[in-house]
Amino acid sequence: MIEVRNLTKHYGDKKAVNDISFTVEDGEILGFLGPNGAGKSTTMNMLTGYISSTSGKVLINGVDVLEDPIKAKTNIGYLPEIPPLYLDMTVKAYLNFVFDLKKSKLPRRSHMKDVMALCKIKDVENRLIKNLSKGYKQRVGLAQALVGNPPVLILDEPTVGLDPKQMVEIRTLIKRLGKNHTVILSSHILSEIQAVCDRVIIIDHGVIAADDTATHLSEQVTTDHRVIARIEGEKAEILQAIRGIEGIRYVRADMEREKGIWEYEIEAEPGRDIRRDINAIAREHAWNILLLKTMEMTLEDIFLKITMGEQVELGKGGTK
Amino acid sequence: MGAIYRREIGAFFTSSIAYVFLAVFFIITGFFFTLGNVASASSNLSQVFTVMFIISILLIPILTMRLFSEEKKQKTEQGLLTAPVSLTSIVLGKYFAALTIFLIAVSIALIYGFILSIFGTVAWMTLLSNCLAMILVGAAFIAVGLFVSSLTENQIAAAVGGIVFLLLFFLIDLLASFIRVPWIQSVLYELSFYSRYYEFTCGIFNLSSVLFYLSTAVLFNFFTVRVFEKRRWS
Repeated sequence: MIEVRNLTKHYGDKKAVNDISFTVEDGEILGFLGPNGAGKSTTMNMLTGYISSTSGKVLINGVDVLEDPIKAKTNIGYLPEIPPLYLDMTVKAYLNFVFDLKKSKLPRRSHMKDVMALCKIKDVENRLIKNLSKGYKQRVGLAQALVGNPPVLILDEPTVGLDPKQMVEIRTLIKRLGKNHTVILSSHILSEIQAVCDRVIIIDHGVIAADDTATHLSEQVTTDHRVIARIEGEKAEILQAIRGIEGIRYVRADMEREKGIWEYEIEAEPGRDIRRDINAIAREHAWNILLLKTMEMTLEDIFLKITMGEQVELGKGGTK
Repeated sequence: MGAIYRREIGAFFTSSIAYVFLAVFFIITGFFFTLGNVASASSNLSQVFTVMFIISILLIPILTMRLFSEEKKQKTEQGLLTAPVSLTSIVLGKYFAALTIFLIAVSIALIYGFILSIFGTVAWMTLLSNCLAMILVGAAFIAVGLFVSSLTENQIAAAVGGIVFLLLFFLIDLLASFIRVPWIQSVLYELSFYSRYYEFTCGIFNLSSVLFYLSTAVLFNFFTVRVFEKRRWS
């Protein structure tokens, strides 16, 4: 379990991380989302004891990282943004070095085999790390975090540099690890967070902008008042009719999807469900509605909205 | 500490720095041994040991230059500093690895002594205390070189900085002879690396000199640890 309390880091006058608090339960996968320079890596570096915090506390399985760093670090497997690889070593020698460094008590041979099999690097075990491709290097980096089987894994952008197939593999692996590890992973790829994580923390300008489950986050901002409709009929007439509905903010038709069928984006005042009204006008004019759906926001939209400084009305759940 | 020590010993040889260091060390001392001892039929190795001192000033910073600067440059220090090991054991692991290579270099003197013993009698006690003095000087110099390496991420800067640092130590005597204030002069003479070493080559074993070198080594290793502490807290 990871507990973070009022964590703050100042670099001179600049507040890189400003008073953030959260808890990650055992077996939970937490996604850390934010634009570049938002404070993701700084936070992770503080969690792992690489840098100190200006104020605040980090507890890893109940152990304070600054008070008893060695004990706390024993519980952490860390993959930094740039994997700490010694380029002039072979993969096998390097992982053995990490094994010794972490003073692991596990049976060396079988543990090494397991880790290499998990990360799919068995075939390059005798190659020098400097000769490996970026994807392999990244996986060796992941492997070094897994050596010693620490209960807490902190992964800073683990899929950077991988091809799409490897990305899927690593995500599946992280998901599997999440069953018996506590995982924090950072990313700016939203689909990745959505696919892997139970919970998402969006961090921006050093503060937590949102903290909720991934599904909950997109549900919260799902909007009944914004709909997409495909209606068969004369475009100008339809537009005019829709504008006639009470409470419409805007409507536009940019695309002719099929011949004579345009797609209309309609937004009404918040909290106003206009689907029935649209049906009503269609019946009135004998137009055919071929599609009608509410515009759900993806994590992408939420992310953009939150980080662009636009206020999104989220549930009271964990939003700050 | 063990893991870091073993890795560094391995890295010394894969990066060929150990070979270069040992080769240059053996060539230069061998040259003076051949001329000063074998060719002139002398069993007095003090000249060889004087040369050893001077080349150590130039070679030890090359031995230590990459120990921390490369870690910083390749971002591997993040792995070390987030591993469950103390800063002291990281520093000492690297320190003893460099010291081990230096021990191999100095042990060449024993071979010279053995060669001389074929032709005549060798003052083994003097030779051994000379070796001990060289090792103590090396222990202090390596700590200084390691400290300079922890300050920069550029290996060349670490090497040049180390050489300048050690030259300053070497030239303290020269500096002292120019300063006419007696108490400053006596302090500087006390700090002199070379005059203490020179005593050993004359066959004088001085315990306070042993302590001087050892405390220099401890002090600079402590500084290196502080460099990392400070970086973590800034």
